[in-house]
Amino acid sequence: MFIGRVIGEVVSTVHHDAMNGRKLLIVERLDPDGTSLDETILAVDSVQAGRGDTVLVVDEGGSAALVTGLDNPPIRTVIVGVIDSIDVEE
Amino acid sequence: MHLARVIGTVWATAKVDSLTGKRMLVVQPLTHLLEERGTPLVAVDTVSAAPGQLVYFVKSREAAKALSPTFNPADAAIVGIVDHVTVGGESIFPKE
Amino acid sequence: MNLGKVVGTVVSTVKNEKLVGTKLQIVKQIDLEGGETGAFVVAIDAVGAGPGEVVLYASGSSARQTEITQDRPADAVIMAIVDSVEVDGSIVYNKS
Repeated sequence: MFIGRVIGEVVSTVHHDAMNGRKLLIVERLDPDGTSLDETILAVDSVQAGRGDTVLVVDEGGSAALVTGLDNPPIRTVIVGVIDSIDVEE
Repeated sequence: MHLARVIGTVWATAKVDSLTGKRMLVVQPLTHLLEERGTPLVAVDTVSAAPGQLVYFVKSREAAKALSPTFNPADAAIVGIVDHVTVGGESIFPKE
Repeated sequence: MNLGKVVGTVVSTVKNEKLVGTKLQIVKQIDLEGGETGAFVVAIDAVGAGPGEVVLYASGSSARQTEITQDRPADAVIMAIVDSVEVDGSIVYNKS
């Protein structure tokens, strides 16, 4: 899993059936200390995350199948949590 | 998934049986601000996308799952045509 | 998937038993202008490509998703022989 920040959204009407009713958010990858890694990815939301939220993202197909409840979806990147706080020991 | 623009088409008659009849498009991956990122690649189309369109695609093993039969070697598949992109509350696409 | 050119063959007598009977090709990745990117892979050939041919190859665990590569230790497979490629409305490669 990785840590990210929701910075935007992508809306589509024509898409694979697996995307029906799902929210596709733009997530910027972050260091544990919150620094941007200058890399974004599109992730399917499962926790009603919103813009500005720091989120936990899983990037693996088997996990995406579990979270979406679909059998074999063409999805591998899913937001699985909104992060409250991160403690990093120096 | 990743944003991309469709920039071309690949035709291949001789291919694995599982991809018979599937369209293969050349896509240029883009950042969330629609700047080019990395080099173009070839993705199987599942949404009847057209050259010039903004799309999103899934990479790696999950790409095969967008197609039927799912037992196929696709490692990139276009799974949506983009209507809108907003970043930080501002519309990036379509441009206002 | 990426475009590549078949530039050679790998012959290996002592190999994992699950690779026995496969044809191993050296594929140099090429860009849309046909130039070599510098990357190359050894790929199992699932379509009978010949030397010099422009092909499509898939990478990662997707590569095991063909009849020929199923249950084999494969991370790259040649899954199509390219007839032609069109980019931005122009044909950039034509086999014939």
